[in-house]
This record gives sequence, C-alpha cells and structure tokens, in this order.
Amino acid sequence: MTALRNVWAIVEKEWRHYFGSPIAYVALMVWTLLFGIFFYFAFSLFLRQSMMAAQQMEFGGGPKMSLNEWLIRPVMHNMAVVALFLTPMLTMRLFAEEKRQGTIELLATAPITDLQIVLGKFLAAVGLYGLMILAGLLNLALVWHYASSPPEWKPVVSGALALLLFGSCFLALGVFVSTLTRNQIVAGILSFCLFLGVWTLGWADDPSAGPVMKALAYLGVTTHMEDLVKGVVDLKDVVFYLSFIVFGLFLAHQSVQSQRWRA
Amino acid sequence: MIEVENLTKRYGRTTAVDGVSFRVQKGEILGFLGPNGAGKTTTMRILTCYLPPTEGTARVAGYDVFEAPLEVKKRVGYIPETPPLYPDMDVDSFLDFCAKIKGLPAASRKGKIDEAVGKTKIGDVRGKLIGRLSKGYRQRVGLAQAILANPDVLILDEPTAGLDPKQIIETRELIKSLGGDHTIVLSTHILPEVSMTCGRVVIINKGKVVAEDTPQNLTRRLRGAGALRVDVRGDAGAAAEAVRAVAGVVSVHPRPESSEATTLEVEAEAGRDVRAEIARAVVGRGLDLLALQQVGMSLEEIFLHLTTTDTAHGEAPPAPAAAPEVTA
Repeated sequence: MTALRNVWAIVEKEWRHYFGSPIAYVALMVWTLLFGIFFYFAFSLFLRQSMMAAQQMEFGGGPKMSLNEWLIRPVMHNMAVVALFLTPMLTMRLFAEEKRQGTIELLATAPITDLQIVLGKFLAAVGLYGLMILAGLLNLALVWHYASSPPEWKPVVSGALALLLFGSCFLALGVFVSTLTRNQIVAGILSFCLFLGVWTLGWADDPSAGPVMKALAYLGVTTHMEDLVKGVVDLKDVVFYLSFIVFGLFLAHQSVQSQRWRA
Repeated sequence: MIEVENLTKRYGRTTAVDGVSFRVQKGEILGFLGPNGAGKTTTMRILTCYLPPTEGTARVAGYDVFEAPLEVKKRVGYIPETPPLYPDMDVDSFLDFCAKIKGLPAASRKGKIDEAVGKTKIGDVRGKLIGRLSKGYRQRVGLAQAILANPDVLILDEPTAGLDPKQIIETRELIKSLGGDHTIVLSTHILPEVSMTCGRVVIINKGKVVAEDTPQNLTRRLRGAGALRVDVRGDAGAAAEAVRAVAGVVSVHPRPESSEATTLEVEAEAGRDVRAEIARAVVGRGLDLLALQQVGMSLEEIFLHLTTTDTAHGEAPPAPAAAPEVTA
C-alpha cells in the first residue's frame, strides 16, 4: 500500500515536470502531427487504390480492400519509427537531471526504495507515451464515423497495444541509460543509439539465417510487432515485450543501487 | 539517539572518513566542525543512508543505517550542502511531493506543510517557482523539507551557507528552537555558529575526530595554563622582578614595546587568578600599569591549532589572541 503510494508520488512528480515544461506538449504535438500526416497519406493512397479496385471490379476482378490492412497497419508501423525518435526524449532527463541537480539525494534519503523510484519514473514516461498513442488514435475515430463499412476494431486495439509495449521497451532501456550519466543530452544520444541497435536486430530475421542470427533477430523489438499489428495477440509476443521491459528496469535498478556503492 | 562507531569510508584509495566514533543524546545539538574535505559531508551522508559505510556501524534511533535504512530514513530529516530542490516546481507543490515521499498520511499533510512553512517563514513565497527564489529562501525551503515530517533527528549540512547575516541569525534561532524536540547534527566551518547553537562539538580533520567536547570546555582545555599579558610603563627590569615575586606566577618574559612601555608575558599556575596581585605589585613599585589581559584561545584558534598541526610543523603554534577581559 505504501509502496504503491510512493510509486504514485513519483509518477505525479514526473508528470508535473513533463507538463510544467514544454516536453509533454512538444512530444504530444509532434506525435499527433506525424500521426495525422501519415494517416492522411495512407488514407489518400487507400482511396486511390480502392477507386482503381472499384474500376477493376466492373470487369469482375479485385478483392475488397481492407481498411485495417491499407490504412491502420501502415500508420502503426510508421508511428513505431516515430516512437524510436521520441522515446529517448521522454526518458533522458529522468535520472540524469536528478543527479545534476543533486535532488537524487532527496529521493535517496526519503523512506522510499530505489525500486519504487525506478518504477515511478518508468510509469510516468509510459503514462505520457500512452497519452500520445491515445491522442493519435483520435484520427481513427474519423474512419469509424465516415466509413461505410467500419474497420475491425480488434487489430486497432492490438496495434495500439503493440505500440505501447514496443515503446515501453525503449522507455525501460531509456530509464536505465539515464541512470548512467548526469548529462541528459548524453543520456538522450546513448538511448537513441541503443534503441536503434535493438531495432536493427530485427533485420537479421531472414529465413536463410543461421541459428545465431535467428536468436538475435528474435531479440529485435520490431519482430514481435507484426502479429500484434495484424490483430493476432500471441502470448509469446506479449511475454517477450514484458520480459524486455522487466530486464530494462532490472538494469536501471541495479545501476541506481550500484552507484551508491561506487559513489 | 545517534551512535557512530569506528565509521570508515573509502573512495577507491582515498579514505574520506577514518574510524570516526561519536554519540549524540536525544535532544542534543551537536556541531560537526572541520575544514572543507575533512569528511563531514561523507559522515552525514552515511548517517542519512545515502552512502553505505566501508567499515564500522552507524545507528540512528536504534536502527542500523545499513540493516534498516528505511526505518532510519523515516526518522531523519536532512539538508545536504546545496538544498535539493526542483527549480521548476513551486514551493507548495514541492513540499507536497516531499510530504508524500516521506509517507505523511493525506489527512495531516496540509497541516504539516503549513507548520513547516510557518516555522521557516516562507509563507510569502509559497506560490512561487523555486528557481526564482533567492538563495536564502531556497535554503529555508530546504529546511522546511527537512522538518516536514517532524523527524526525531535532523542532519543539517552547512545550513547557513550563503545566507545574509540577518538570515543566519534567524536560521540559528530556528535551529536552537528545534533542539530539545529534535536531535540535531549540524556541520559548519563557521565557528561562532557552533558556540552559539551547539551543546557539543566534534572537530574532525582528515577523516578523524581530533576533539570532542562542549565549546566551553574546549576553550578552557586549550587555553593551557592561565596566560596573562601585562603592559607597564617604567623600568622593565623592575616590573619583571615585581611580577615574578607574585605568588602563583610561573614565568615572566619581558618584551619591550617602545622606549618606555614594556609588555610582560606572564604564565601563571593553572586555575589561579593572579591578576589582582600583579596589578598591586606593579603599582606598588611605582610603575604605571597600562593594561592587564587574560589571554585565551578562541574557538577559531583551537580549530586552527587542531586542524593544522601537521602543516604548521616546526612553526610556532598560532599566536593566542588577547581576550579583552580586564583592561586597566
């Protein structure tokens, strides 16, 4: 009970920082703007294609085009790339700034545990990131409103879940990187490089690849998004993401604790 | 309330704190005195569970800082040297956050914050961003944070650093008023602060405790055998002879000041006040007594004496200053 209250106090404080500074607004604005642009392009493409398909239909050919496949899935994939760029900005200051300001001493001497601090900071970042995803999804509400045959909602939900899990992996790693330095710019750049590295692991996914490459590819965060975005919620993907997050937070926690010993 | 035994902290090869032991009773105000880099901050950080000790133990309110850090943290209020504040928060929300992480229940939070704000006199800046406050106010917000949960023990690392004289006096008054209810350890290198606020002093140098006593006792102990300075006008030889004849005087060293005035450095037996006899003897010989002063060491000199002994090796110990107690 007290543990939850402590975590919540940290979450609240971090949100105060996010929204008391331009960070939250810039992140929300960039995210929704790009979501809107990608949505617009995907939608125009869909309209053109379906127009063509309709013409072909007159000659008795062409399948019915799915909004999920043509519109929602590409937008989700694009937003994953945006997440790659934005998530370092959400996490880079979390610990680095506390260390620079010396406020880490306030947290470290308060009756709360290191784990509660790490969790609080992580959840605060996930909260803001979740808000960004929700704000982006507003675009999709238009589709429901106007489309003659609305798209399936399940892939949208699982796609949003994929974005959330995938981004949370980055956020967990980002929290860890932020504990390593007192300079938030350094934390930001390092996080970005690390995220990019984890991302590119997925590229090794090739049917002809050897067992080592296969294993590496399995660790790539993008590999596990495919099914989720298609609407297939496979437990192994969810478990992969959750373990990735736990691992990231574990590193962060170890780092915070070990720094006391080395300080 | 606080028991520190044989505390040692090493950073790699450097030893910041080396076998420090001391105790603080409940309600006592302990002054922790030492030059910069003596290990004051490190000791305080160990007491607040910010750093683990390399060796030795420290217990606060019966809880070991290493075994039960959460219990210790619940009972300790702490301000580091630079108060840990979030510049982008206003005072009220900062204190609210502190109250939450200190585990104050929601019902009493508001009251405790008001109380701390009142005690530290920061009521007029409650709505302001901490980043816009002056150094004095920031220091006091830091103090408000420390006393917020009404902790048994307060650990204050240079609480008056960077304040103006009026604020320093106010802060000292505040600290004094907090003593009794709270056990306080305060570090400083401002000596008058110690004699004004603290009941007991621990002087630390290069990680080691070099002295521990009340400020009064320290002064008395280091004053040595009662030293006197006697200024006379007239025949220096006759004056020295007259003083030497006084019972209780151990030695007399005449030092001519000008053609007619002489200063006699007189050492008397410890604990024996010979000033009246000396005055009578000098005047009885028909000489003019210009001044008669008891020479004591101020806390500053004791401090210098204790903390610079190795650097001053071979040099004369710092010259004792004259405490103007009797001036004829």
